[in-house]
Amino acid sequence: MARLNDDNVRLAIETIARYPRPRSAMIPLLHLAQEQDGHVTNEAMAHIADLVGATPAEVWGTASFYEMFKFEAVGKYVVNICGTMSCALMGADELIHHAEERLGVHVGGTTPDGLFTLERAECQAACTEAPCLQVNYRYRFRVSTESFDSLVDDLRAGRLDGEIPAHGTLATVRQQIPAGRGVGAVAPESVVSNPDWFDGKAAL
Amino acid sequence: MTTVDAGSEAIPAPESDPNAVSVTINGRTVEAHKGEWIIAAADRAGEYIPRFCYHPRMNSVGMCRQCLVEVEGPRGPMMVVSCMTPVAEGQVVRTDTPQVKRAQEGMIELLLANHPLDCPVCDKGGECPLQDQAFSHGPGESRFVEEKRHYEKPIPISEIVYLDRERCILCDRCTRFADDVAGDALIQFTQRGNNTQVMTFPDEPFASYFSGNTVQICPVGALTAKPFRFKARPWDLEQRESTCTTCSVGCRTVVQSSRDEIVRVQGVDSDPVNWGWLCDRGRFDFQSVNSGDRVLVPLVRRDGALATATWADALDEVATHLRGAGASTAILGGARGTNEDAFMWGRLADALGCTMRDAQLDDGLPAEVLAMPQATIDEACSAATVVLVAPDLKEELPVLHLRLRDAAMKKRIRIIEISAVETALTALAWRSVRCEPGTQPEAVAELLTDAAVMTQLASGSTVVVAGRANLAESASHTMSAVESLLAAAPAASVLPVLRRANVRGALSLGLAPRDGRDAATILHDAAEGRIECLVLLGSDPLSDVPDADLARRALAGARFVVSIDAFLSPSAAHADVVLPAAVAGEKDGTTTNLEGRVTGTAQKVTAPGTARTDWMIAAELAEMLGHDFGVATLVDVRRAMESGAPGWGEATSRLANDVDGVVVRRAPAAAHPVRRTAPGARNSHEFRLVLARKLYDSAIATRTSPALASLAPGAGIAVHPLDLERIGAVAGEPVRVVAGERAVVLPVSVSARVPRGTALSPFNQPGADIRELVRGTGALDVSIEVP
Repeated sequence: MARLNDDNVRLAIETIARYPRPRSAMIPLLHLAQEQDGHVTNEAMAHIADLVGATPAEVWGTASFYEMFKFEAVGKYVVNICGTMSCALMGADELIHHAEERLGVHVGGTTPDGLFTLERAECQAACTEAPCLQVNYRYRFRVSTESFDSLVDDLRAGRLDGEIPAHGTLATVRQQIPAGRGVGAVAPESVVSNPDWFDGKAAL
Repeated sequence: MTTVDAGSEAIPAPESDPNAVSVTINGRTVEAHKGEWIIAAADRAGEYIPRFCYHPRMNSVGMCRQCLVEVEGPRGPMMVVSCMTPVAEGQVVRTDTPQVKRAQEGMIELLLANHPLDCPVCDKGGECPLQDQAFSHGPGESRFVEEKRHYEKPIPISEIVYLDRERCILCDRCTRFADDVAGDALIQFTQRGNNTQVMTFPDEPFASYFSGNTVQICPVGALTAKPFRFKARPWDLEQRESTCTTCSVGCRTVVQSSRDEIVRVQGVDSDPVNWGWLCDRGRFDFQSVNSGDRVLVPLVRRDGALATATWADALDEVATHLRGAGASTAILGGARGTNEDAFMWGRLADALGCTMRDAQLDDGLPAEVLAMPQATIDEACSAATVVLVAPDLKEELPVLHLRLRDAAMKKRIRIIEISAVETALTALAWRSVRCEPGTQPEAVAELLTDAAVMTQLASGSTVVVAGRANLAESASHTMSAVESLLAAAPAASVLPVLRRANVRGALSLGLAPRDGRDAATILHDAAEGRIECLVLLGSDPLSDVPDADLARRALAGARFVVSIDAFLSPSAAHADVVLPAAVAGEKDGTTTNLEGRVTGTAQKVTAPGTARTDWMIAAELAEMLGHDFGVATLVDVRRAMESGAPGWGEATSRLANDVDGVVVRRAPAAAHPVRRTAPGARNSHEFRLVLARKLYDSAIATRTSPALASLAPGAGIAVHPLDLERIGAVAGEPVRVVAGERAVVLPVSVSARVPRGTALSPFNQPGADIRELVRGTGALDVSIEVP
């Protein structure tokens, strides 16, 4: 729970090298920090500031814009129940009420066992499947109180471990950046030749 | 009273601009230049466009949308933000149509929707651009009936600044200032969205040397400074324009008082000097003027203790000793007074036949630096190359740092830095050379063998910024380095960065050393009992002379010591007579800044007790000694200066209407070749010491200003992380710093800004005094031991 660990510092340096300016790597590094600790800690933000040459306040100013970065500990599973129009018409309020009863926490709260954080979300772009929810940003469609209960049971029992990793996990596979594909820290105005992966392709 | 807001002052248009364009604003033709924003052109034409975020000294961002105007376009009139739309030839602008009025009223209504309207208890009330413009350009009514946003308020975001997020209108002025102007991006917009708010990083305060500027440019009462909170209502303030005398940059200010007490100092936009900015030390150390520790009446030593006395008795005592001492009188100081003070003390010294005088305390550069070709701040900021052989300007002359930073950020100048440790300008330097303390001449010689550097120096004008970067080494290294640079770039000039406010005026007006007998020589003479009468003119050798032991022996060895000071400084406490002095804000006069610019300083409040100005004391002593200078008023002094101080006389008479002052360039009368001291070979000690000033230290004006007193970092010694590991010390723990027989115990810290083999220690800080190790040699080598 602190600064980025050694493995992640290596990844961070590799990531920074993909951008012309180090501070462009701020968001990917914040994801890395969230993956490491489940949420973004102050120490990690200060560390990222060091790594990309910004002040901690600049990292905090950027990070705090994004709803998906959490700055306090959240459960292993963040359950976002959509409460916008289509879902509301299809019973989202009842679903949220049921979820609160079932998990024993209010919206915004985390269960004492640290497994679930319940949130009310804005439209998740699945209006045809209302009411919908996401667990760690993985969809569940046309959710009923019964299917919600079985979802909770499955998550508790670890039956969905393969499909839904812990909160903060970026991906289960990670692309490694081959040497030579990083552009390195170069100011755009001083770039004089194409990077070697460019290979004569037309500019976008 | 008028609002002191640099945002409402227009910058004059450049004369005979080849890019001139003419635009029509409200039917009037206005000359402008390409690239200028409509709002700036309108300001000059006297057409006021309401604004919150626009500030002429910062980049436009178009945040507040209050400055919407109508511009004729191909499809009829269209609304544009005038702070981000450049003028164009033939452009037709209207700021007074019903459409514009509607937009302005709409913006005000939206800005006020969440504003608490707590004007009656708000410090900004009465000088608030939001309040003023809500009256002048607002709808008068609001349709917003919902609950306003609520935040905890006010919250301290630093030792000095309080933030009220409910009042904030998110104009981006403070955050832009901190980021773009000061380079301290410690406040940011956070939680962007419906709850956007200005905030620091959690538990990391807005500890910027320039934080007070954000309070001044805040267009609402969101940012307030502790020293002025609930002190006075703006309409009850009286103010006079003056010059800050905290350092030698000479920033223009207004000094504001209420009931004969200074309550606030604000920056005034002077184009050649400070652009409206002040550092926090200059802005808030007025608190020392109101300090209860001021000396109020003369003190005379009777039976070993200082006792109160009348002016007549005290002056009589001083006159008797001066008469007896005659030519073996020495005068140290004068750099904290006005030009008039220095001039009169110079005349008194002349009358006494005293040759031993120095306005510096062996802590600056030899006065000969003023005899070199001189540059102004503007010339430095528009030179092709600026060579820094100087201390960290952010610590010593913060607003000069802002000006050079601005020029470097806009790529107008290239900075070459020669320094023993990294400074705040290192990151912006074109070349930054780390040299061992005391080897600046060698570093310059090596630099001048670099073909790219020579090409750069030949590409245009060069300004060498010269100052004393290290108080533990001799000033002669800096002087040699500067001389070689001047020889290598023949058109080069020097901007001397001596720190005390009027050091240049004092040196030029009669308080420069004669025949090379500078402060170091005088102190040695005093220590050996050769000084009959030592006059400390607002100077405190015990705190400011780098060699602490020498200062102690000098004060003990001088037969009679007179201190003219506002406080009972450590040196004044050793004096035989202490005469209470009036300080800045309590006396009219003029001051000379580091570039030789003479500007006025104003009396705003009455000096406490019976304190007098330095020149009056000199005039009175002269009269008692039988030298009638015929001087009874400040006007008399200025008349005497017209014949006695060429340049300054004319300058002071032209000052009345000139915010920017007049540059006077005259070298001190008796320039003398600089003594050379070799740094000496490194001895067996491992570290060579850099003793450098921080902005906040134990200086009396800082120590007696409650807002600043806690900001001094404290004594310590910083080394490179690898050096710390090598000596086996732990950061934060005490270590023994040893030089020969002498040692002090200080907490050690680590800094990557310090190269290996060098140690950096701040000067004159609370805690153990590292000056105990300094012995006026070429350079100081120390060992660091873990006890």
